Amino acid sequence: MRHWLARQRYLVDFTLAALLRRKGRNLMLLFIYTLVIFILASVTFFGSALRHEARTVLKGAPEVTVQNLVMGRHAMAPPEWVEKLKKVRGARRVEGRLWGYFYDKANGANYTVMVPSQYDRRNALQDGETIIGAGIARVRDVRRIGHLFLLSPKGKLMKLKVKRILPETSELVSADLVLMSRGDFLRFFDLPQNGGYTDIAMQVRNRNEVTKIVEKISKMLPTARVITRDDVLRTYENVFSWREGVVLAMLSAALVAFAIFAFDKASGLSAEERREIGILKAVGWETSDILAMKLWEGGLVSLFAFIFGVAAAYAHVFLFDAGVLAPVLKGWSVLYPQFSLTPQVDRLQLATLAFVTVIPFTAATLVPIWKAAITDPDVVMR
Amino acid sequence: MRKSTAAMIVLAGGLVLLLLEVVHGVWRNGADAPARGERAELVRALGLSDLALFTEARYTRHPTQADLFTPFQDAPLSLEHFPTGSLIAPPRDFGPSGRFATEQEK
Repeated sequence: MRHWLARQRYLVDFTLAALLRRKGRNLMLLFIYTLVIFILASVTFFGSALRHEARTVLKGAPEVTVQNLVMGRHAMAPPEWVEKLKKVRGARRVEGRLWGYFYDKANGANYTVMVPSQYDRRNALQDGETIIGAGIARVRDVRRIGHLFLLSPKGKLMKLKVKRILPETSELVSADLVLMSRGDFLRFFDLPQNGGYTDIAMQVRNRNEVTKIVEKISKMLPTARVITRDDVLRTYENVFSWREGVVLAMLSAALVAFAIFAFDKASGLSAEERREIGILKAVGWETSDILAMKLWEGGLVSLFAFIFGVAAAYAHVFLFDAGVLAPVLKGWSVLYPQFSLTPQVDRLQLATLAFVTVIPFTAATLVPIWKAAITDPDVVMR
Repeated sequence: MRKSTAAMIVLAGGLVLLLLEVVHGVWRNGADAPARGERAELVRALGLSDLALFTEARYTRHPTQADLFTPFQDAPLSLEHFPTGSLIAPPRDFGPSGRFATEQEK
């Protein structure tokens, strides 16, 4: 065992000396390799932390939400639907909700305007009062003024006293929220008193009955669209996956570049390397020794890139709030929540990442070397 | 120092760094629990359904509440023009009326 270890150490020494002889090229490869792993790991970490956040936080979303669709578009749900839904066996706490969007011309941001539930004592509001998300407080400088001025879609100015600003720690779900009383909401959007609701939220007595209840609602209200909490949770299972969308498009260029670079480095043996193998064989190295040396080369480079790429990605996402990914996330929105993600690492994704980067690279190093190593030294050196 | 020793020291340093990050992760999970509880409570109280990540359009602000053709309904033949649309793919079995049923399902 000792002998074997000593032998491996000599091989590592030799490999490192060989790598250092072509310092520039190998350092460049190492840098690009680490960068690719850093980007992939950052996206993986960010996605899994976001998904975990959505899973834990959105557990409290309404069990069933009923919307009205007219000509394929979302429309106000008639008030009588609430009474109808209350009669569904198994339904508990059926409540019509009022909420909508407002584009603030003052700063080009979109707000979600909402009337708090009548059962929600903590966020209950009088006319003329509002509770706002921390994101709005930031872009409208509300902390200093104490009031929120909104120009309604009809052009009337509404002055609301800011009763409370929602905590910054909840920005991920509330950055763009403007809560106002029912009276203010109807006045602001110029809606009739009994014009219906944006949607209807419903709690269910027994969670196992949700499917049955959805079926009943679909039969009773054929134009309704029913969204369950499971649908909500499933939507966020797909968010920011590195196998999808813009992220993949962004990465594919880097991945292709890396693949070409690694392939060129690993498979296209230079004449110098070929000669080196020939000399090693001529001085008595076995094919297995040469293969072991090259295995160390691929392994060391991969291991180094993987460890430092992953460590940097973790720091980037969880210590520096994903500064590199933020512009992609922000998209075209003016109002963007400031949040720190709680570290969540998807071990399977990390293992997959290791598998798709380390193994192909190491394998790509071995094959051409094996080909050269089994050839006669005299032919290789010529 | 032998080159192999130096390499092993660097790699061991990297592993220690990873280990420290694991410890940091465990600590942060504990420290963030109250804030997460607060967020969950707000979601429950207000009946929120989405994360406020993408506020540029209604279907990106509330992807769970938008049907699958919402991004394309602003004008006939209009294409979705918000980059966010490619960050969240709609789930395949999204709501009973969120998509057309296939022949087998009919």
